[in-house]
Amino acid sequence: MNKTVNPDDLQPVDDYGPLYAAHKKVYPQSVSGTFRRIKWGLMGFCLGVYYFLPFVRWNRGLGAPDQAVLIDFPNHRFYFFFIELWPQEVYYFTGLLIIAAIGLFLMNAIGGRIWCGYLCPQTVWTDLFYAVERLIEGDRRERMKKDASSDPMKLERISELVLKHSIWLLIAWWTGGAWVLYFSDAPTLVKELVTFQGPMLAYIWIAILTATTYTLAGFMREQVCVYMCPWPRIQAALTDEWALNVTYRYDRGESRMSVKKAAELRALGQPAGDCVDCKQCVAVCPTGIDIRDGSQMDCIQCGLCIDACDTVMTKIGRPTRLIGYDNDINIHRRQEGKPPVYKLVRARTVAYAAIIAVVGGAMVYKLATRSLLDVNVLHDRNPIAIKLSDGSIRNAYTVRVLNKHGFDRVIAIDIEGPANAAVHVVGADSVTPDRPMIVIGRDQTEELRLLVTAPEESNPEKSIPVKFHVTDIGLGVVASATDNFVSP
Amino acid sequence: MADHTEVDSVSGTATTGHAWDGIKELNTPLPRWWVITFYITIVWAIGYWIVYPAWPTISSNTKGLFGYSSRADVAVELANLEKIRGAKMAALATASLADIEKDPAMLALARAKGKTVFGDNCAACHGTGAAGAKGFPNLNDDDWLWGGSLEQIQQTLLYGVRSGHPKTREGQMLAFGKDGVLKPAEIVTVANYVRELAGLPTRPGYDPKAGAKIFAENCVACHGDNAKGNPDVGAPNLTDKIWLYGSDEATLIETITNGRNGVMPAWEGRLDPTTIKAMAVYVHSLGGGK
Ligand code: SF4
Ligand code: SF4
Repeated sequence: MNKTVNPDDLQPVDDYGPLYAAHKKVYPQSVSGTFRRIKWGLMGFCLGVYYFLPFVRWNRGLGAPDQAVLIDFPNHRFYFFFIELWPQEVYYFTGLLIIAAIGLFLMNAIGGRIWCGYLCPQTVWTDLFYAVERLIEGDRRERMKKDASSDPMKLERISELVLKHSIWLLIAWWTGGAWVLYFSDAPTLVKELVTFQGPMLAYIWIAILTATTYTLAGFMREQVCVYMCPWPRIQAALTDEWALNVTYRYDRGESRMSVKKAAELRALGQPAGDCVDCKQCVAVCPTGIDIRDGSQMDCIQCGLCIDACDTVMTKIGRPTRLIGYDNDINIHRRQEGKPPVYKLVRARTVAYAAIIAVVGGAMVYKLATRSLLDVNVLHDRNPIAIKLSDGSIRNAYTVRVLNKHGFDRVIAIDIEGPANAAVHVVGADSVTPDRPMIVIGRDQTEELRLLVTAPEESNPEKSIPVKFHVTDIGLGVVASATDNFVSP
Repeated sequence: MADHTEVDSVSGTATTGHAWDGIKELNTPLPRWWVITFYITIVWAIGYWIVYPAWPTISSNTKGLFGYSSRADVAVELANLEKIRGAKMAALATASLADIEKDPAMLALARAKGKTVFGDNCAACHGTGAAGAKGFPNLNDDDWLWGGSLEQIQQTLLYGVRSGHPKTREGQMLAFGKDGVLKPAEIVTVANYVRELAGLPTRPGYDPKAGAKIFAENCVACHGDNAKGNPDVGAPNLTDKIWLYGSDEATLIETITNGRNGVMPAWEGRLDPTTIKAMAVYVHSLGGGK
């Protein structure tokens, strides 16, 4: 029951709590080891590709852009090395998105959140920014000391900070700059940009990406992974018990004790844990967590704690991989005295790999058989059929011919279906009667108004299928489309 | 304000004292940042009122601090559009009708423009696809009352038909029955004669000779000896398969009795010459043009 109280008796309780938990700054310590080397390698590769790819040239012949990777918005074209895509072929991008999504699922089924730890742009750039910070301000302890120091800003400190932020901004600016180069001829755009002749849009995008890179990699860092990114939540739902996650092998590590005590216990033939509670794994963690608390959402699976602990284990002469890529099943198996099992091939991974193979295969097939001449036909709806003064029937169509070749082509249009039909293209001179020929410019689409006329007597049916064949006179290639010839 | 404040026993939170159907409202104030954001939006709105034109006055509105006007923006946009299209439109204005049809790019431009203007001005009578209706010619076919060449179409567009424009196309289908020129029986006969001309079946007992005689005396002046019509006076060809008002006997009797005099408005003065030109090209390119 609610009891009635006098408002004057109410104690104002400020128990709403803070609106958010105050953020604790993370000071990851530098570390070296296998996973750190992998991370350096991948970082170099990813950033190298991102920053320099726009400058790679690709010869596509005269008049066509010679940039290997180019998103040409004004002309609605996408170029990727030997591949050129038109807006009509947007399904390739659908395919790529499917492969990317399933690829993430597959990574997740094999090694948990490895995308996050090694390849995610947020991780890569944050890592780069940390490297700069470490170079200028020193490692973990030094940075913590400098931040905590109540000393008034000394010139040395200020210059350090200025230097750090300048380099950060430089990287961020280059990141934004590289982005816009994908949308225009890179060397030309660079020239325009430095002479302040570039398009406004380019400057705006550079500014936006400079700002986001600077803030996300310089300040928000692990908070993006922990609070903003939806992927950890999704991957938690996708992962299964066989996925290899960065795992503290507590069966081996517990209970924690000093090196000396462990040595004493072992000498007496008693069990002793390997973890010496040095907290190196925590010190190096870029999200500032303790992996020994079990697998957790904040862990981005970067493996740096593995490297840190391996160094410690080597130093104290114990086997490495107290922390390693493993799963709970194996921990339990070991506790029961059974050998661990690693199952990378299982229903889930096979299914993902199969989907990737099928979609990828379909895309490759489609790409290999991609026609450079296409035709789309749209029947006039209003009126659908026209009766002419001599009683014959005419249907009008909008025909769109796509010439994806790098040169002009002469095409001829034939139809097949209605008996005794004549074809006419509005605006085209009929050099050959009943076989209109039209020039389609290179890399162009042409919309034609096509009239098909046929005597009603020869075509008594209400609707007859009609095929349109567009023939490239020069190469003999034919593209076809089907529609109907309708009588009123 | 309620005199007594309750504390909810479950959550330990004070209530506001409001109750609906026995359900009491807990007093859980908004977070401060939320409230501040809310106040900022109010300040923003007031600023907006001042900076941009917003408040109506008796005869106009407040002008805002920068004199911004969306109308002026539209004018700028239109000017830009004119800059982009200007050259092409100027070419269209000077080109001859035949030249436009020969140049694919110009044809496409004229067709696009013509189609838009047609939708705005002509579709009401002729239909969006120019398919026409009873009494309103189908412009897709090859039957033309006043001629289907580019120039003839342009002229019909400019001056109209029986439109009152000084240069309008004129022609009359007389009301032979209403004006007492022909007796009802004669009208039935000549209606059947016209059906025969077009290759349509006639009613039993109809006298072709009488029909021919009535036709020769009353109709050839406009429709011609062979009934093929005359585009100078808009007299339709009576031997083809296309009928503006219908070819059944009842319709023909009505046509002959009361006459038909549809009106096509003149567009000169309402639309500029280039637009009319584009419309002529569009209509011609629908497929029926000659
Ligand atoms: S716990 Fe280890 S793997 Fe996870 S984020 Fe921290 S350092 Fe990386
Ligand atoms: S680094 Fe290894 S030994 Fe040190 S606290 Fe972490 S798990 Fe224990």
